[in-house]
Amino acid sequence: MTELRRIWIVVWKDALTERRTKAAFNAMAFFAGLVLLIFAFAIGPDIPVSGPAGQGLLEYIAPGLLWVAILLTGVLALGRSFQVEMENGALEGLRLYPGDRRAIGAGKIIANVLTLVAMEALVVPIAGILYSIDLWSKLPALAGVFLLATLGFAAVGTFYAALTANLRAREVMLPLLLFPVMVPVVLAAVKATFLVLNGDLMGELSAWVRLLVVFDAVFVTVCTLAFGFVLEE
Amino acid sequence: MANTRLVDRVGTASGTLAILLLAVGLYLGLAVAPPDFQMGDVYRIFYIHLPSWFGVALAYLTSFVASILYLFKRQPRFDQWALAGAEVGVVFNITGLITGSLWGRPTWGVYWTWDPRLTTTAIMLVTFAGYLVLRGFLEDPEARARVSALVAIVGFFNVPIVYYSVKWWRTLHQQPSSPNTVDASMVTPLRVMGFAFLCLCTYLMCRRYALAEAESAAEREDLQMGVANG
Repeated sequence: MTELRRIWIVVWKDALTERRTKAAFNAMAFFAGLVLLIFAFAIGPDIPVSGPAGQGLLEYIAPGLLWVAILLTGVLALGRSFQVEMENGALEGLRLYPGDRRAIGAGKIIANVLTLVAMEALVVPIAGILYSIDLWSKLPALAGVFLLATLGFAAVGTFYAALTANLRAREVMLPLLLFPVMVPVVLAAVKATFLVLNGDLMGELSAWVRLLVVFDAVFVTVCTLAFGFVLEE
Repeated sequence: MANTRLVDRVGTASGTLAILLLAVGLYLGLAVAPPDFQMGDVYRIFYIHLPSWFGVALAYLTSFVASILYLFKRQPRFDQWALAGAEVGVVFNITGLITGSLWGRPTWGVYWTWDPRLTTTAIMLVTFAGYLVLRGFLEDPEARARVSALVAIVGFFNVPIVYYSVKWWRTLHQQPSSPNTVDASMVTPLRVMGFAFLCLCTYLMCRRYALAEAESAAEREDLQMGVANG
């Protein structure tokens, strides 16, 4: 019970800081919108996909573009989540919290999930409008896929953000370490998003959702358990 | 000191053995073994390609085990073994990918395909290359050892998950070769080359470990000099 309370306090602290400064959120929202625009410029809105679908290329590959935008944007937010702790010795203060340090890790992961979900809640509709995807009828299934993928992303991302927070070259090192581990999440999230949006004729969706669940279970456990080592002085 | 001498002796022995086995294996593989009934002589790159992956497995496994041992025992030598494993593993990983691409072009028609084994090994290379880059940015030896150990462990855990996720995504690579799928006349050179590469890998790791040990001794000396000179 006390552990849960410790986790909650860290989550509350991060959510409060973010609500008051809106530093991560503002930067992320505009950056993500910009990435989506750049993709549209790079690919062009008028190329049709060959086949009976009658879709444009941009609409067809939208799940992939959307997830690349989320990954690039999310890495900024994750990097910030420990960078703010480096200022004014805030991390020292966190280390002095009584109890298990793994609670700090779990709290940070949850706080990052919240930030990322808020960003996605904004980015997905924008993508829907820009790439003319019909989202509204599929929102519940889509929300499930996004939540699962975001949990895995936040768990591993928080872990590496904490490891690289001290480095001079953290802006390069965080994506360099994080993206290789994100490969399964990206594959599964893009496939699942595509299947939700375009219909799941072969019944493949459950396999990808299962992969996301397994990834989340493994990495939430490993990253939370390893957090004691991460926060060592 | 006794420990170092053992490492050096193992290194020298496996290096010597590697030279002998490489000579025998290359002779058997290039001159004695028959050409493949489909691929002709092209397949002979396989005597380098597959053994490279044996080296990769041995080296990364060394790095993984040493990293776990470091986190629990906190002895610098485990960190030095982890570094040796990662660095030698990256070298063999690059060899494996290059020989694979060269073999893929004449047999599959492309240098690269998005097959699970190819994709996973490429991700493995990026992971451990990232590990080596990361070490360069960390100056404090203890923080470097701890942080890089965590990175190696998580990176290693990720390998099977990447493999299965890409396998669901698509598949093309030929079935992995084993003594059952390879003709008897090709098995012997393959085995010899396999052992040769394992010896070569051991030799390189032992030497890299000794070097890492010397480096960390020099680092300590620098630090003491700095303290002594105020």
